[in-house]
Amino acid sequence: MRQRSDDPMGDTLSMLERDGALYLRLTGRWTLEVARTADRQLREVAERAVPRVVVDASGLAALDSAGAWAIRRTVARLDARGVAVDLTGLPERFHAIFAKVRLPDPSTEVAPPDRNPILALLENCGRAVEHGARVGRALLGFLGFALVNLAGALVNPRRLRVTAIIAQIEATGVNAIPIVGLLCFLVGIVLAYMGALQLERFGATILTVNLVGVSVLREIGILLTAIIVAGRSGSAFAAQIGTMKVNQEVDALETMGLSTMDVLVLPRLIAMMIALPALTVFGDAMGLLGGAVVALFLLDLSVGQFITQLVGAVDIWDFGTGLIKAPVFAVVIALVGCYDGLKVSGSAESVGRYTTQAVVESIFLVIVLNAGFAVAFAELGI
Amino acid sequence: MDTPTDDAAITVRGVVTRFGRQTIHDGLDLTVPRGEILGVVGGSGTGKTVLLRTIIGLQRPAAGSVTLLGQPVSWDGSSTRALAGRFGMLFQDGALFSALTVGQNIQVAMRERGDLPQVLMDELARLKVELVGLPPDACGKYPSQLSGGMRKRAGLARALSLDPEVVFLDEPTAGLDPIGASAFDELILDLRDALGLTVVMVTHDLDSLARICDRIAVLVDKKILTGTMAELARHPHPWIQEYFHGPRARAAFATVRVGGG
Repeated sequence: MRQRSDDPMGDTLSMLERDGALYLRLTGRWTLEVARTADRQLREVAERAVPRVVVDASGLAALDSAGAWAIRRTVARLDARGVAVDLTGLPERFHAIFAKVRLPDPSTEVAPPDRNPILALLENCGRAVEHGARVGRALLGFLGFALVNLAGALVNPRRLRVTAIIAQIEATGVNAIPIVGLLCFLVGIVLAYMGALQLERFGATILTVNLVGVSVLREIGILLTAIIVAGRSGSAFAAQIGTMKVNQEVDALETMGLSTMDVLVLPRLIAMMIALPALTVFGDAMGLLGGAVVALFLLDLSVGQFITQLVGAVDIWDFGTGLIKAPVFAVVIALVGCYDGLKVSGSAESVGRYTTQAVVESIFLVIVLNAGFAVAFAELGI
Repeated sequence: MDTPTDDAAITVRGVVTRFGRQTIHDGLDLTVPRGEILGVVGGSGTGKTVLLRTIIGLQRPAAGSVTLLGQPVSWDGSSTRALAGRFGMLFQDGALFSALTVGQNIQVAMRERGDLPQVLMDELARLKVELVGLPPDACGKYPSQLSGGMRKRAGLARALSLDPEVVFLDEPTAGLDPIGASAFDELILDLRDALGLTVVMVTHDLDSLARICDRIAVLVDKKILTGTMAELARHPHPWIQEYFHGPRARAAFATVRVGGG
């Protein structure tokens, strides 16, 4: 056992097999470094076919939890295999850490288990469909709940929080004017330009005005505005309410007897129902202005010709069918944003997840509903 | 312990910290020898957490210098990288990476080393979970699935992942039940005795202060006063008097005397 005592201090593990017993001598600093370098050697020792093992730990200079673990693991494995193990000479000051290092259950998972990718794909598909259905049902429930509360608040106007509504109108409506105006203007230009290029072949460039007028008023103005607002304010609703959920502010409100619906959801819903139609009117005007710019400078029409052509091309119902969709989209955007915000729970991470989800869901619903409106209007002949 | 005891683990010299026009620390000095458990106390807003953040290199002070384990702290990340694995920090709410399981959180620093076999890392992760008194199945759970107290323990397991020489604990026993808190105190004592661990803990737990802290640092009047509990108890400063002679303090110290401390 002492035959290697002349080894340099740096040697941390020496072994000697004699008279059917294996002698292990541990010296120096048994830290993570040794646990790593001696890892394989110790695992071999643990499986070695010997009747008896003697471990001399009297030369240990330092022991951390990784080193203690490496020794403990080896001893336990030998013990489990019926090998007699003697651990001797462990310095007094290491007893505490050695006792602390108990054997954890090796079967517990550290990382989520790897899955078969095809099964995982199928499973994810299934989960996504089921999740979508659940979200749809829950949103419908939330819509009903919100509308009942809205009706209640309209009957009893003291429940309406005017300051909050005005602040939300400013945030969702007034502050969105520049971006909505610019984007509608640019899309109006693109539409007129592309239309003019195609219609020129038939010598019907004047019809560009009809094209721009009808498509901006019926579809582009409202759709573009709704998508911008969903991206700007739907996400803001989810993030604001979600942050309040994480900080337990929502719980604090409920505890004080205030209704989350009245304080957080209704002001946003009402503000959105006012702001989105107003923004749509503005967006329509800017889209037409974009068309007008192309008509005046590219098609050499005069202002008078443009107006005459436009008035002949569109009627009030083209404007009406666009505007009628605005309150519906407003309800969808506001409620999806608030609903996802209220779904946030636990960590700050889920605020980000639900904010993303709110934007995706509200834009998806806006486009699907818009398609539904288009079919319905066509069938009704409006 | 074979670590040299003549050089201090932490040396803070003349640190001045300001937020806007408000001065938090004004010429603060502190020396923590290796192997010491130092408790940091002070009223709300006296900059206890700020002091920890300054020492570990997260918060650049307006003036002064800090030396951690012989390495001058530079507050640009380079000294922190040079000291990687040699100190650990337990943040107030654990600050666990929410996208990783507890076990993976513990393995983050091990993985950065790049030379440990996965089997050993898994074993060590389970070991640390066991060490801080979490149930074994916590290893595969995500932080959001744990309670506040469990997140704290998981945060400690991560701070201890590479068996550091110094650990900083920000209110480690806040939110733990008394049994869990005293088990935690014992754990810190054991680790210190076995590893020569240096511990700096911000705490309001008078039991912890009385039970495990060798010295106490009190933040008052933008400066720091250090001493053993008995020394500080005799200090004339009104806040310190209030702190160490209030009804809660008397109860905590009475327990220690009965327990033979």
